Amino acid sequence: MALAGPPDGSDLADALRKRPLRRPGENLIVVALVLCAAVSIATTFAIIYVLFSDAIGFFREISFWHFFNPGNEWQTLFDPRSFGVWELVLGTVNVTLWSMVIALPLGLAAAVYLSEYAHVQTRRFLKPLLELLAGVPTVVYAYFALTFISDDVLLPLLGGNVSFFNSLSASIMLGVMILPIIASVSEDAMASVPRDLREAAYGLGATRLEVAFRVVFPAAISGIMAAILLAIARVIGETMIVAVAAGSTPNLSLSPLESIQTMTGYMLQVALGDAARGTTDYTSLFAVGALLFLMTFVLNVAAQIIVRRFREAYE
Amino acid sequence: MSAAETTTQAAVTLQAEGSVARRQTWSRASRWILLVATLLGLVVLVILGIDNAIVGIPSLDWDFLSNYPSRFAERAGIRSSILGSVWVLVFTVILAIPVAVGAAVWMEEFAPQNAILTTVRLNIANLAGVPSIIYGILGLAVFVRLMELGPSILAGALTLALMILPMTVITSVEAISQVPPSIREGSLALGATRWQTVWNHVLPGAMPGILTGTILAVARAAGETAALIMIGAFTFIAFDPSLSFGGLFDSFTTLPIQVYNWTIRPQPEFRANAAAGIIVLMVAVIGLNALALVVRDRLRRN
Amino acid sequence: MSIRVRATTPTDDQAREALRGKPAAEHKPSQNVAKPEGELAFSISDLSLWYSGKQALTRVGLDIPRKKVTALIGPSGCGKSTLIRCLNRMNDLIPGVTIEGNVTYRNADIYGSDVDPVEVRRRIGMVFQKPNPFPKSIYDNVAFGARVNGFRGNLDDLVESSLKRAALWDEVKDDLKKSGLALSGGQQQRLCIARALANNPDVILMDEPCSALDPIATLKIEDLMRELATDYTIVVVTHNMQQAARVSDYTAFMLTDEEITGQLIEYAPTETMFTQPADQRTEDYISGRFG
Ligand SMILES: Nc1ncnc2c1ncn2[C@@H]1O[C@H](COP(=O)(O)OP(=O)(O)O)[C@@H](O)[C@H]1O
Ligand SMILES: [Mg+2]
Repeated sequence: MALAGPPDGSDLADALRKRPLRRPGENLIVVALVLCAAVSIATTFAIIYVLFSDAIGFFREISFWHFFNPGNEWQTLFDPRSFGVWELVLGTVNVTLWSMVIALPLGLAAAVYLSEYAHVQTRRFLKPLLELLAGVPTVVYAYFALTFISDDVLLPLLGGNVSFFNSLSASIMLGVMILPIIASVSEDAMASVPRDLREAAYGLGATRLEVAFRVVFPAAISGIMAAILLAIARVIGETMIVAVAAGSTPNLSLSPLESIQTMTGYMLQVALGDAARGTTDYTSLFAVGALLFLMTFVLNVAAQIIVRRFREAYE
Repeated sequence: MSAAETTTQAAVTLQAEGSVARRQTWSRASRWILLVATLLGLVVLVILGIDNAIVGIPSLDWDFLSNYPSRFAERAGIRSSILGSVWVLVFTVILAIPVAVGAAVWMEEFAPQNAILTTVRLNIANLAGVPSIIYGILGLAVFVRLMELGPSILAGALTLALMILPMTVITSVEAISQVPPSIREGSLALGATRWQTVWNHVLPGAMPGILTGTILAVARAAGETAALIMIGAFTFIAFDPSLSFGGLFDSFTTLPIQVYNWTIRPQPEFRANAAAGIIVLMVAVIGLNALALVVRDRLRRN
Repeated sequence: MSIRVRATTPTDDQAREALRGKPAAEHKPSQNVAKPEGELAFSISDLSLWYSGKQALTRVGLDIPRKKVTALIGPSGCGKSTLIRCLNRMNDLIPGVTIEGNVTYRNADIYGSDVDPVEVRRRIGMVFQKPNPFPKSIYDNVAFGARVNGFRGNLDDLVESSLKRAALWDEVKDDLKKSGLALSGGQQQRLCIARALANNPDVILMDEPCSALDPIATLKIEDLMRELATDYTIVVVTHNMQQAARVSDYTAFMLTDEEITGQLIEYAPTETMFTQPADQRTEDYISGRFG
């Protein structure tokens, strides 16, 4: 069949006119895509609604002041019951503190090594391997914390100074878990420090160590801060490790050797019991959950803002 | 300024001396110190893994894989938890991936560049940081109680689907944005509509990236424990989930939950069971991560 | 980082061939290379360099006099930056670089096996094409070298004298805590010069130091170069021939042609070079006929 040749243009004006319903199928598809994106927005609203509607129920029974008063214990099992969330928050702070003591030096060292010292090939091989640490199921870390770290190492080593359930065993495993977050995000920040600055420093006779810690590290500091915030957010939301290994006794202590309870640990404890719907036990789950949500939200937003500032500074 | 004086010295030596030598010694040592610090976490994991293998391997036999759980450690197995895990994960993927890819396609290809898109982006970034136990609470309130699904496979899959949605959207957006614009322009210039372009050119190009993200998300969901305990999946299951539509409403348990169950038993016999369960779980998770790496490498090469 | 640096011509010809791809060994180094009078800062002979096997310099040889300004000119991509970065071992930092030949600095072999590149760079400072102050205060920028070196003298005095020497003091003396990035481009470049001077170097290498600057800032840097040449050896890369003519005592012209990458065509006192070039290609270049 011969080609028809170029059209003579007689119906061109008509053919090119925009017709909104020309492809109804295509419009339906776009609507479906919008709905997919809307699912994420709906999820956020659902989380906020679920947490805060039952949290409000909780605060009808228990006053805000009682909940946040640092003088009150968290004692929900026996009468007189008391809901001073400070003890749970401090439990969370406890494991956050000690896990950061472990993960921060190691994670930053790894970031500096990967960005300033490692061969390209070494980095390509080592980084995914390191990231695997964040992919290990947390229940596995929980088991390691309780049986290996606490039972096989800490108890024989420290004897009576450490309780069977203790914050240290959980913190060690939490530290290993967040190591790749700190390393990876900080390394990204260091890698985006312009080459110019490194050359300037080497040109002045700085050693590799000095270039890494006196030039690249300070220039990447905001990215490193973001990494730390993300790691903290991850720790305070982590449940299994602390629920299994850190204990279930709310405790106003920052000692790594004592048994404590974190916010997430308490939440899991409620889930494992069968608190009837509408009781204060049940609604306290949502009050603690809402507080946890707010804390992680603030940390994540802060990290994002810092990262964006950092990008703007170097692009 | 003493520059002029020093430069008049006759012979120069360029060997490191004094403070430079000291600084270089530190710098060379730092390479090894930093390398050791980098590897320390991995070394800890490897030691724990070996220790765990020693405890767990003796229990790891066909009976262990094919038995239901039991009060007696030596008779207990992971049949129902493996089946439960597989079942829940299959439905999680079916529920999450189309929605995630759809959202990503909208964001990259159709969304107007305005405040709505920015909001959606920020929202997804924040959802990715929400702790899994919060997703568990959401599942408990919405799927288990409000929709009255009970602690069923469907409720579990819906919960995990919402949990992995943000990370799959993020990886899909990345994969789609890496498809070169020339491919879109080529297709559009031939008179294809935007959706035809997306379906025939953009999505196939983004497929390896989407696949990598999906596999990593499955690995994450496969290890999830807290969210499922939250919706009430911490139960004793001694039957296989039914392979029918009704099976969606069966209660279930998963491998990580079973490991947790054995971990918190006070009787030491169960420690070996937990260790054996962990071996199975870690093989699955490392296998999935390795698979994701292979897929990503393929993508890079093509 | 994998750097293979060779100080002398290796005997293993096969390994050399494998690295080069195309043999350029038949290339005869240029005859039009003047021998400067007086004391020498650098003596370069038979210098070749490869980036991951891709040749960038071919058998370059020239002597650079002390306390003079020597300009490297030539079209873009001819290897000027590569050559100048060989003089303080900056190329060591690029993975996959192979270097052959000899570079001596006041009779000491820069690539000798016991030579420390940090020591080399401390004595041979560098100023880059794009001003690259650290994101720190002006004061901290200038003090950087002294601090890493564990300087024990009066840091304030050092910062002041370096900034004065770089003709920047009057513009910044009231605001030394200001970020170096807040300065104008020309000021930033003088800050980078001050930073190099604070290290008390003997040589300052400048790789197109004015190419990112406006004409007025450029003039200031050129004046500064002339002034610094009383105490320092200066090697400056430029693709601006007027600049070379204005500031330099000696000029080297480099070229990459179809066969030979990064060769030295001619080296002579600047006046001779610009009035009576010996090589036709030099004449073509300085009269603007190509490049
Ligand atoms: N880091 C590098 N890696 C690979 N090739 C490079 C690198 N730097 C420069 N080159 C190449 O070496 C040649 C000379 O570059 P350069 O010395 O920067 O030239 P000039 O400064 O004269 O413009 C060019 O072909 C350039 O592409
Ligand atoms: Mg250059």
